[in-house]
Amino acid sequence: MLDNLDKIRQQFKEELNAINSKDELEKLRVAFLGKKGLVTEALKNLRNLSSDEKKIAGKEVNKLKHEIEEAIASYHKTLEEREYLKEIENAEHYDYTIPSSREAGTLHPITIVQKKIEDIFKTMGFIIEDGLEIQTEYNNFEAVNIPKNHPARDMQDTYYLENGQILKTHTSAAQNTIMKKYGAPKKGEPLKVLFPGRCFRNENLDASHENTFFQLEGMMIGDDISISNLIYFMKVLLSEVFERDVKVRLRPGFFPFVEPGFELDINCAICEGSGCSTCKQSGWIELLPCGMIHPNVLKMGGIDPDKYTGFAFGLGLTRLAMMKYNIKDIRLFNSGNLKQLKQFTR
Amino acid sequence: MLISMNWISEFTDLSGIDIKELINRFTLSTAEVEDIYEMGKDIKDVVVGKIIEVNDHPNSKKLHLVKIDIGSEVVEVVCGAPNVYVGAVVPFAKLGGQVGDLEIKEVPIAGVLSSGMCCSEKELGISDDNSGLMIIEEDYPLGTDIKEFMQLEDIVFEVDNKSLTNRPDLWGHYGIAREIAALNKRPLKPLELVDTSIYNSLTPIDLKVEDNERVYRFSCITMDNITKKKAPVNMRIRLTYCGMRPINLLADLTNYLMMELGQPMHAYDNSKVTEIRVKTYSEPIEFLTLDDNLRKVDTETLMICNAKEPVGIAGVMGGELSSISDDTTSVLLESANFDGTSVRKSATKLGLRTDASARYEKTLDPEMTVLAIERFIKLLIDIDPAVKITSSLTDAYIKHYDKITIDFDKDYMDKYTGIDISSDMMEETLSALGFSVVRDGDSFSVGVPSWRATKDVTMKADIVEEITRIYGYDNFDIYSTTSLLSPIRHSVERDDEYRIKSLLSHKYDMNEVHSYIWYETKMNKELGINTEPNIRIVNSLTAENDTIRSTIIPSLLGFIPKNVESNPEMGMYEIGRVADGLKEDGLCNEKKRLGIVIASKQLSEKEVFFKLKEAIEQVLLDIKNITPVFVENEAINKYNYVHPVNSAGIKLDNQEVGYLSVLHPKVRDNIDKKLNVAFAEIDISDMEKVDELPLEYKEVSKYPGVTVDLSLLAYKSTRYESLSQYIDMYPCQYLKKYYLVDIFEDEKLLPGKKSVTIRFEFVSMERTLESNEVQKMVDGLLAVLNSKGIELR
Repeated sequence: MLDNLDKIRQQFKEELNAINSKDELEKLRVAFLGKKGLVTEALKNLRNLSSDEKKIAGKEVNKLKHEIEEAIASYHKTLEEREYLKEIENAEHYDYTIPSSREAGTLHPITIVQKKIEDIFKTMGFIIEDGLEIQTEYNNFEAVNIPKNHPARDMQDTYYLENGQILKTHTSAAQNTIMKKYGAPKKGEPLKVLFPGRCFRNENLDASHENTFFQLEGMMIGDDISISNLIYFMKVLLSEVFERDVKVRLRPGFFPFVEPGFELDINCAICEGSGCSTCKQSGWIELLPCGMIHPNVLKMGGIDPDKYTGFAFGLGLTRLAMMKYNIKDIRLFNSGNLKQLKQFTR
Repeated sequence: MLISMNWISEFTDLSGIDIKELINRFTLSTAEVEDIYEMGKDIKDVVVGKIIEVNDHPNSKKLHLVKIDIGSEVVEVVCGAPNVYVGAVVPFAKLGGQVGDLEIKEVPIAGVLSSGMCCSEKELGISDDNSGLMIIEEDYPLGTDIKEFMQLEDIVFEVDNKSLTNRPDLWGHYGIAREIAALNKRPLKPLELVDTSIYNSLTPIDLKVEDNERVYRFSCITMDNITKKKAPVNMRIRLTYCGMRPINLLADLTNYLMMELGQPMHAYDNSKVTEIRVKTYSEPIEFLTLDDNLRKVDTETLMICNAKEPVGIAGVMGGELSSISDDTTSVLLESANFDGTSVRKSATKLGLRTDASARYEKTLDPEMTVLAIERFIKLLIDIDPAVKITSSLTDAYIKHYDKITIDFDKDYMDKYTGIDISSDMMEETLSALGFSVVRDGDSFSVGVPSWRATKDVTMKADIVEEITRIYGYDNFDIYSTTSLLSPIRHSVERDDEYRIKSLLSHKYDMNEVHSYIWYETKMNKELGINTEPNIRIVNSLTAENDTIRSTIIPSLLGFIPKNVESNPEMGMYEIGRVADGLKEDGLCNEKKRLGIVIASKQLSEKEVFFKLKEAIEQVLLDIKNITPVFVENEAINKYNYVHPVNSAGIKLDNQEVGYLSVLHPKVRDNIDKKLNVAFAEIDISDMEKVDELPLEYKEVSKYPGVTVDLSLLAYKSTRYESLSQYIDMYPCQYLKKYYLVDIFEDEKLLPGKKSVTIRFEFVSMERTLESNEVQKMVDGLLAVLNSKGIELR
């Protein structure tokens, strides 16, 4: 009996060595451990032995059975590894240098710049407002202290409509509506609002003139807003916008809706103030008009100029986008030319 | 405007002042200086010389050989000027000297050595007179450097005119000098004048002003026995440096006064103009102006006339026929003040903007007219002492500006500025600028000087500017405001716009574009797009594009032909404005619209349509959490580019918000027959009227569900929406959801019909459903469908 078991063990070892696939291994398992397998038969034969012999032989058969089971399980793993290796060996080599075909869409460059600036202002507590593009003369002119007979009004660059309305010439046209909407600010809670918008000037187009362009205007009105605050805010905000520590310089500037009014210059980034062709050797770049909101403008907006003061500033959004992307021809913005517009992925 | 520092220094002491630094401060405190020119540096070693001998040049008829005595020696030069004569005293540039770009060297001219150069006025930069050598009439020792008596060296700076629009007082040197004196904290010298009251006994001029609205003041005086013809050289240098062309003494003097005080003046030949009428004509007339142009003058333009005929256009330009000539010995001098708007209108209508009209437009100080006359007489008599005044000062002062007094205190100033400027400093600044100051501690009552009172300074805030600009914005301490902590109010609409844009660009790979607010008429014609009549622009420079758009779609369709070559697979969108007609109050019904256009050659028209539909659904779901409903569309009746069949209105919670459509084949063929195009327009304001639905999370069942696919036979014309309605009629608590899997059509197999496969999911929250239970539910569902004529395939 024991001899027979050694024979079986020997036979299994030999046959296992010849096996190359999981199928053959399964056949081998059946041949030894299956219902009619050699080991199973050997177990069956135990009943012919005496009880003492049975004890000894039984142990041996079970030992053999475990040996074979383990050997098969282990060999199964080896075969599996081999199969994976083979699959990987035979795998197609993908050409990862092939370009992907999907082309993501793009936002308009104005949207990109506008959103970035709006986000900066939002972090400083500004409300974002909107305004109409087709405005009344009152909102565009009277309400911002540009009375009839003012030279700005008979300039030919305002688009007048049949019903007497106009296409707004500047974002300031929204000031009056916004002041009336929010009313006088509560003590210690100044009204901080930013209102970008599309403006129109009746001009012929060329590389640097568009009749349709974007501006962005901001106001802050409260019970103690001062010139000092204005300069501080402009410095902080412009440093964020231009992502550098901007130096600002104020010069007197005349705009009917502010008093005092300023032209704000920033230090030239190209020559860092030493003078170059970009800044016409002055070291400064004229950037934006700003000032303390004219008492008449506050009054017309329903805000008492004896109690409240405020500042306002305007920024050419289109000009800013041209600076950011180094766009030379302003006509790109309204061209609908996808060859150009598809480049503005960020 | 060009400003001469020599001229300024006549009115305020500039000694020891760094001029460049001063000009920089002027930019920061007053007005922008655009350029600084150093004049006269390029004139070197030019001395007084006397021609003592003139001989013909052996090789030239035009040239002469000239001997010049320059005191220390006699030099020989070749000279081409026509006015060489023995005894002429001329400016002579010595060897080693410089005249402009020319360095003086010994050179042969037509074969004869020349050792210097005699100069014309133009060569010296004094005037544009290049007709011959400059003749020095005054008596200077030979060899004197001309710079000793000619103010050739000067610093001239150019102020940006735009930054002076609101400062009528800065259109002359005296006003600029006042600013500079205040900046330097040095006194401003008073003007030297002749008091005209000494002529009060003389006969006044016959002056009648017929227009009391537009003439604010008209002052005039006559004078005789004027013998000098040419202004002194230093006056001419100043005029030239300030951009004026010297002409003759009287014209130069009026220009000089305009450049000095900002007051335009006009000198009429008194032999031709003896009385003055200021009026308009009832019929249009023709008038020959000084610049020798015959101009048409309409009935609204204010004219200066003598008894019979016009002699000048008020505030713009005098007439040729009454102007001073070389033989003029007597003049009538006008110094007037007119309504700025009226002068601007006259100048605009005539297309004639002059130095005078540009100044009047700024609303000049009427107090200045007499001052200018008194200054004119002073300067003229200094030059030509024999001049006689022949009339009294005749002055019609019609409109006086109100005297403005402004009260304020230091608290107001501190609040406005945010910094502490002392009351002493405020007083000093205002006084230096000519304000009269009455001060009681920190309380002020200031009188606005006449030259600032015409429109510029009217209220407290204006005083803030006066004080702060001289204080210097660079000197401000700057600090943040303090405010209470409070949440920011969000602009929902703007946030939504960005979400829409982001979704369309980054999920649907579209490109955002911008287009004009008006219809591009030519493009619409080319594409065969009809647009409805809408409100129009009345003064557009591009007259054909004068109609404001009432829909955004034609603008976007117009972009397709531009891009179809390079980008046939395109998706474009814009959020822009339209005017949807007028509202009841007559104002435009302005709307914000989202327009989308998708075009493709790879996708079928149907695929393009459904791609667009999906994008719209996703946008509206994202913004409102509501699946839109697509319904019969009214836009087909309105627009000829909308497809009569394959278009649908978009409804959100019963609110109509827009439509989508494929392009009408007629318009499509005008672009490209092979291009499949779909477009949609959504009204953002209408969309925002719909409340968004909150997101509701539902528990999912712990038990497995049963999925049943049913292929239903329906007529081809039956819409999915109908099937859906029938299914919804079957009450079944376990039917959790169902959705479309496939639509199969085959004319041979299923004539007139289609097979619609819908997947139904049955699930219970309490238990696992038995298969016979599910079968019962399916049977019940089919019974409802059968009753509506829908069979199981």
